[in-house]
Amino acid sequence: MFRNRRITALLCAFFWLALWHVGSLLVGEDVLLVSPLAAAARLFALAGTSLFWKTAGFSLVRIMGGFFLALASGMLLAASAYRLQPVRALLAPLLSAAKSVPVASYTVLCLVFLRARSLPLIIAFLMTLPIFYDSLLEGLLNTDGNLLEMAGVFRVTPLRRLRAIYVPQCLPYLVSAIGVGIGIAWKSGVAAEVIGLPQGAVGTRIYEAKLTLDTRGLFAWTVAVMLLCFALEKSVLFLVRRAAGALERV
Amino acid sequence: MGGIVLGGLYKAFGEKRVLENVSHTFEAGKIHGVMGPSGCGKTTLLHILLGLLKPDAGTVSGANPGALSAVFQEDRLCERLGAGANVRLAAPQWRDRIALRALFEEMGLGGAEKTPVYELSGGMKRRVALLRALAAPSELIVMDEPFTGLDGAMKETVAGCVRRRLDGRTVIMATHSEGDLDLLGGSAGLILPLL
Repeated sequence: MFRNRRITALLCAFFWLALWHVGSLLVGEDVLLVSPLAAAARLFALAGTSLFWKTAGFSLVRIMGGFFLALASGMLLAASAYRLQPVRALLAPLLSAAKSVPVASYTVLCLVFLRARSLPLIIAFLMTLPIFYDSLLEGLLNTDGNLLEMAGVFRVTPLRRLRAIYVPQCLPYLVSAIGVGIGIAWKSGVAAEVIGLPQGAVGTRIYEAKLTLDTRGLFAWTVAVMLLCFALEKSVLFLVRRAAGALERV
Repeated sequence: MGGIVLGGLYKAFGEKRVLENVSHTFEAGKIHGVMGPSGCGKTTLLHILLGLLKPDAGTVSGANPGALSAVFQEDRLCERLGAGANVRLAAPQWRDRIALRALFEEMGLGGAEKTPVYELSGGMKRRVALLRALAAPSELIVMDEPFTGLDGAMKETVAGCVRRRLDGRTVIMATHSEGDLDLLGGSAGLILPLL
């Protein structure tokens, strides 16, 4: 069953790559639509250079820094909002507005106050914070009231309630938020880099590729971001599940 | 510990009166039945005893909120945790694995300590809920239809375990069945009318 699913996923990926390849053959211009093989060749060439790893590392540290900062802040804020109704009321308009502010507006505003190097961190943080806050608060608000009553009757300590009731309840919400959040963090972080052009960032390389009509480079960097995003999502989810499992052991 | 005294309890949900002028004394250290037809307010009364509901009028005295234990109408178990972890959640003093295993075996649940609750049958879950209530440190155990989902032979096993493990604690048990009450050696202390 699992093996079949993997084969199906691989076949589907192959179908879309083939379609991309056919598209590039039909267009016939590398500048307009590069073939997947050419993009892969450029990615492999780039991966052999220290510049690639430095650039990827620059963006990774900042974007994932913003992501984890948002995760921690989202947890704290959601827990506070769950316990204190006034906090929930106070945060509601702020986080609701934050969700609809375009990345470009945040970026330009941040550039007034901050150095471009800090942009990916701040933007990834601002774009993912509402996701974590909303998901975790929803998870907390949907906690089984019967179990909480049971814990009250049996005088279960707050730490044990956290492990046995809240963590299992919120884990699916957290997993879903992480899946969405990592993608959003990378998309918004790289977009901010394209606008702010911090030296040595993936977004800056993408901007340079656009200026020089280096479509192969553009695709190679895009695929690099996608691969990084995929690998990080799997790693973070693995770690979160392990941590939750350890916490749940009473 | 003295008895538990209900004085003129009244409870309504909107227009619907559930309990009206309920007064009774449950003697300490005994097993008491709360009986009556469906909808007569048995569960409401138990929830008032547990402090989960406040009566609109009347008083409850003698039930120490720091020494209560319960078998709820629903099992109220943490599904992802093991059966043993559910018991230890309410009874952290049961650290000794051998003693816990013996307790599980007595309840006909031998070997189920580490099994996640979601893998247990309905009857097994009920017995874990009963074990949790017995293992938790308490002076009063409130039970709401504790034998739901158990067949005749299993009821006898469970009732035997409950009787042995009570250690002089007071039990107030809501039930439809006098047979269930007899199994525990209790008496129908309070019969509630349908209002």
